[in-house]
Amino acid sequence: MSSFPARAAAATTVLLLAVPVAVPVLSAFAAWAAPAADVWSHQLQHVLPRAGWNTALLVLLVGVSAGALGTTLAWLVAAHDFPGRRFFGWALLAPLALPGYVMAVVFAGALDFSGPLQTAGRALLGDTWRLPPVRSIGGAALVLTLTLYPYVYMLARVAFESTGARALEAAQSLGLDRRAAFRRVLLPMARPAIAAGIGLVAMETLADFGVVAAFNVDTFTTSIYRAWFGMFSLAAALQMAALLALFALVAAGIERRLRGRRGFASQRSSGGMLQRLRLSPGQGLCAAAAASMVLAVAFVLPLAQLLAWAWQHAAVDLDRRYLGFVLRSVALAASGSIVVVIAAVALGYALRSDRRTWLQSLGRFASVGYALPGTVLAVGLFAPIAAMNGWMQDWLDVRWGDAAPQLALQGTLLTMLLAYLARFLAVGVGPVESGLARIHRNLDEVALSLGARGPARLARVHLPLLRGSLLAAAMLVFVDLMKELPITLMTRPFGFETLAVRVFEMAAEGEWARAALPSVFIVAAGLIPVWLLARRFTHVT
Amino acid sequence: MKRPPLHRLLVGLAIAAAAVASVVPAVAMAESLVVYSARNEQLIKPVFDLYTKETGVDVKFTTADAAVLVTRLAAEGRNSPADILMTVDAGELWNAAERGLLKPVRSPVLERNVPKHLRDPHGRWFGFSQRARTIAYNPRKVDPKSLSTYEALADPAWKGRLCLRTSKKVYNQSLVAMMIKTLGEAQAERVVRGWVANLATDVFANDTALLEAIAAGQCDVGIVNTYYFGRIVRERPDFNARLFWANQGSGGVHVNISGAGVVATSRNSAAAQRFLEWLSEGKAQEFFAASNLEYPTNPRVAKDPLVVSWGPFQPSVINVVEAGRLQAAAVKLMDRAGYR
Repeated sequence: MSSFPARAAAATTVLLLAVPVAVPVLSAFAAWAAPAADVWSHQLQHVLPRAGWNTALLVLLVGVSAGALGTTLAWLVAAHDFPGRRFFGWALLAPLALPGYVMAVVFAGALDFSGPLQTAGRALLGDTWRLPPVRSIGGAALVLTLTLYPYVYMLARVAFESTGARALEAAQSLGLDRRAAFRRVLLPMARPAIAAGIGLVAMETLADFGVVAAFNVDTFTTSIYRAWFGMFSLAAALQMAALLALFALVAAGIERRLRGRRGFASQRSSGGMLQRLRLSPGQGLCAAAAASMVLAVAFVLPLAQLLAWAWQHAAVDLDRRYLGFVLRSVALAASGSIVVVIAAVALGYALRSDRRTWLQSLGRFASVGYALPGTVLAVGLFAPIAAMNGWMQDWLDVRWGDAAPQLALQGTLLTMLLAYLARFLAVGVGPVESGLARIHRNLDEVALSLGARGPARLARVHLPLLRGSLLAAAMLVFVDLMKELPITLMTRPFGFETLAVRVFEMAAEGEWARAALPSVFIVAAGLIPVWLLARRFTHVT
Repeated sequence: MKRPPLHRLLVGLAIAAAAVASVVPAVAMAESLVVYSARNEQLIKPVFDLYTKETGVDVKFTTADAAVLVTRLAAEGRNSPADILMTVDAGELWNAAERGLLKPVRSPVLERNVPKHLRDPHGRWFGFSQRARTIAYNPRKVDPKSLSTYEALADPAWKGRLCLRTSKKVYNQSLVAMMIKTLGEAQAERVVRGWVANLATDVFANDTALLEAIAAGQCDVGIVNTYYFGRIVRERPDFNARLFWANQGSGGVHVNISGAGVVATSRNSAAAQRFLEWLSEGKAQEFFAASNLEYPTNPRVAKDPLVVSWGPFQPSVINVVEAGRLQAAAVKLMDRAGYR
């Protein structure tokens, strides 16, 4: 049983980390004090039935397909030897680096009636030939699956590689063949990781605006923007966002159940390398072909289109400022991911050492920011900080009069980092928690009996075992932050331009071809940590 | 262990950087302006640079969606650093003015240069460029003589031949708001229902994709802002679509504005007004419109040659304030009519 100070420390940690997300979520709930009855009755009658159905269908479609694709690829790469395995091991993460809103525009353009595929198709197969409607739930689900499956792939792969060896050995010694061992032993063991990955995918799908807007699918999130931008009712928008947060919390509870009992944990996380099955030349070729196909559709072809567009406009748009854009983007993403990963470790560790129910629920709550539309979260956090800034300014003005310095806390890096924390904590917590779950509790007891407690135990026992998960978390957050737009846009200091802001500038006026240049830089910068991580993988696991 | 110190160092650095950045106050220099702009950087920064060069006034700005900027202004209250709010449609200017976020300006210069229907009757905002939204058609499939008005596109003759952009875009919301103003709500709804019944395919996410669909023959006609057409034909002069000026002799082409107003809490409102006056005439006014192939609001200022080549048209002269006032009603109408 943990001591009182330990429990107090755990509770304080969780409470503090819940604050950044609690502020916007509570201000959303507070909006319910005065329901926007007029907007609501309209939305309930004409908008929400459709939008709600679309949202549910989209989350289901993307969750299932990204889950299946990610898990299959992870198992393929983790447990089999085939030509190009090492390359695919990291390359299959690359689609993460492509912003979903950019990919959506590329796909919508390429697959539409006027796009190259259908134009060629009509020339070959006759004028009446058509693809199924592209601007549809199917199209949006396709793009979301292709950009989001890497979350599942990455977490499942770490799980397979770090616990698979022993389990596979044991299962095979009990007479199970490899396939049965995967299905009956390894897959259940990797369940927390896979569920965490699907959870992230589902939350990002809920919050998505860019992809569904490009495919013109009405979802809960687009309805929020319709109330706010179209009907000038921020109140109704916030009220809907509160419902979305509630829904995400319920979904997170269900995901807990999906993870099942937490009994699966090995004594040592690195139980030797997973023995990889050498595939026959024919099978190996098939495996390589399948992986190539995923990579081509999800990354190479869209990137080729972006490069072609970027090339057209580089002569005019590419200038010295790009160095600044890149540096600011990378610095922001790096500092943001450090903050988020440290917070995730603190949260994961606090929740591991203190199992009180209310604390666990609060911990879940701290991650719900990832399911909220970014702009709503940004506003929800921005308004209270601006109000606080106002009070401080009033105080300064009273004290110093005209000589008082002008504060602008709301437009600073500090606010930015707080908002990033509120939004992306879930991305850090997913890998960290599933990593911690694989460390057996006996180890905690042993460490304790040897006198290592609290932070010392974390530093000397857990962190080394968690390195793979921490790197995974840092990379996922970094790449997400490179692409992040609404928070950066709203809270950046004057003149603080990043690559994502450049994409916004061009895209807001529909100049997608010109948005390709900053997009290409986002991809390039996002690939660096992917590649670094992939190199570490071989050492870590 | 080697790792924790490194982590600590990085955390320390991050915190230090954030702290430094948040303590440095946004110093308000005597001659400087802060603009919250929904008009994007590539269109607006050259204008600011020109102003700085001519007058020495430093212009700081930030960009975002207009609705976000208005929310931001409201949240910052009287401590907002902003002097000017600039948007790309009248709706959010109307909204900001309604919420008391813009202050009235009395300026003979602005009143002379900006036609009456393109500015707020109370002087809280002014249009600096016009965005015309009209009919585009495929010349191989449509005889322009068969075209007349927006309303006529609801006629069953266009069944399966019409393409529209999503009703989520403010340009369509403004267009329908103006139709409510001229036709009344019931008649406007009949028109929109007719459009929806005539759609050749699902609505598009943007005007460019819509124009490509017309050129490729997926549909015959559509409704677009002219500068999207201009951007395409500037690069592909043989592009298979043409513009048709809608409602000539019956109300005129629908125009929206890109405009600006002085923020109510501005500490520099005289300087802000001087900037808006400068923007309403001469080279600045010409460049402001031409950089995005839009129409200047000042009738005495030259248009881009490509824009001139589309010929003159008679615009709607109903005050664009109606686009804001009736926008929420338009959105609801489109929802009812199934126009997504």
